Amino acid sequence: MSDDHPKADLEDLDNRLKRVRKDGKSGTTAAADNGKSDAAGFGMAMRAGTEMVSALIVGVAIGLLLDNWLDTGPWFFVVFFFLGAGAGVLNVYRAATSMGSVPGYGPGTETKRPDDTIDK
Amino acid sequence: MANPLAQFEIKTLVPIQLGEVNASLTNSGLFMVITVAAVSLFVVLGMRSRSLVPGRWQSMTELSYEFIASMIRDNVGSEGRKYFPFIFSLFMFILFANLIGLIPYSFTFTSHIAVTFAMALFVFLGVTVIAIARHGLHFFSFFLPKGVPIVMAPILVPIEILSYLSRPISMSIRLFANMMAGHTMMKVFAGFIIPLGILGGWAPLAVDVALTVFEFLVAFLQAYVFTVLTCLYLNDAIKLH
Repeated sequence: MSDDHPKADLEDLDNRLKRVRKDGKSGTTAAADNGKSDAAGFGMAMRAGTEMVSALIVGVAIGLLLDNWLDTGPWFFVVFFFLGAGAGVLNVYRAATSMGSVPGYGPGTETKRPDDTIDK
Repeated sequence: MANPLAQFEIKTLVPIQLGEVNASLTNSGLFMVITVAAVSLFVVLGMRSRSLVPGRWQSMTELSYEFIASMIRDNVGSEGRKYFPFIFSLFMFILFANLIGLIPYSFTFTSHIAVTFAMALFVFLGVTVIAIARHGLHFFSFFLPKGVPIVMAPILVPIEILSYLSRPISMSIRLFANMMAGHTMMKVFAGFIIPLGILGGWAPLAVDVALTVFEFLVAFLQAYVFTVLTCLYLNDAIKLH
């Protein structure tokens, strides 16, 4: 870049950028959006799998710890296994319906999933 | 054939013993230092010229800045702006760790659940503290979704709490499992190249080339997913209602 005509250079660049943006709207950006949504879809698929497993891990761990502590045989383990499975399904459901609705919080996501069946 | 899991072995490089604590510098720790240095160099040197029309390097730095800035704007809103430094550091740290781990003979510390779980736990505790600081005890009302009949509460509240507690686990498992599975797969195929000789060795070599490209995608994607989940959790903490 020469320092003689910085203003002219910038104007030229501005014009070229505008031209590229106008031309690129249909071609390159569409392809980029496509690739992005593919990548995001792959990420979501990976997420659903781990959500289920991690909720089960938490449930089973809490159940075993409570049993160990209170000496109550397998009862807390059994109860928390099913609660963990329920939490896992809830996680997967929420991850699948919309990425915004995250475990633990009902509200704040109402606009994103008006068809939420939990409160019906 | 080399053991495909040998690449994940932690080796002590400089033994340091602080009282009871083993604080030795391992290959994992060394690559964390390298990652931090690489991120710092990338950002600081990239912005050194500060020209109005950015060069290639400055463009990359600005691109990564804008990428995280727009991620926070879309997922958290303007209130998330003050958490930008943390989220940007987190993203660059994981991204550079994953990418540096793809260089042959280097070490991928994100393939260890101890590392990813520590990061996820930090995010989880930080987000919970932010939520409690902003909303006080009101925070706990969110384990009972609105409009639920009170009869259902004994079942739903434990499920919601478990679902909340599973967040750091799912975050850390996703990152560590992706990195470890990819690196193991590459090593397994690489182990077949020489034994199959000049005739058959091309097939696993081709698979490894394809896997390398795929691993670059995974390296970026997992850094992205980890960061986007941090943003979403932060969004929940800020806007409980």
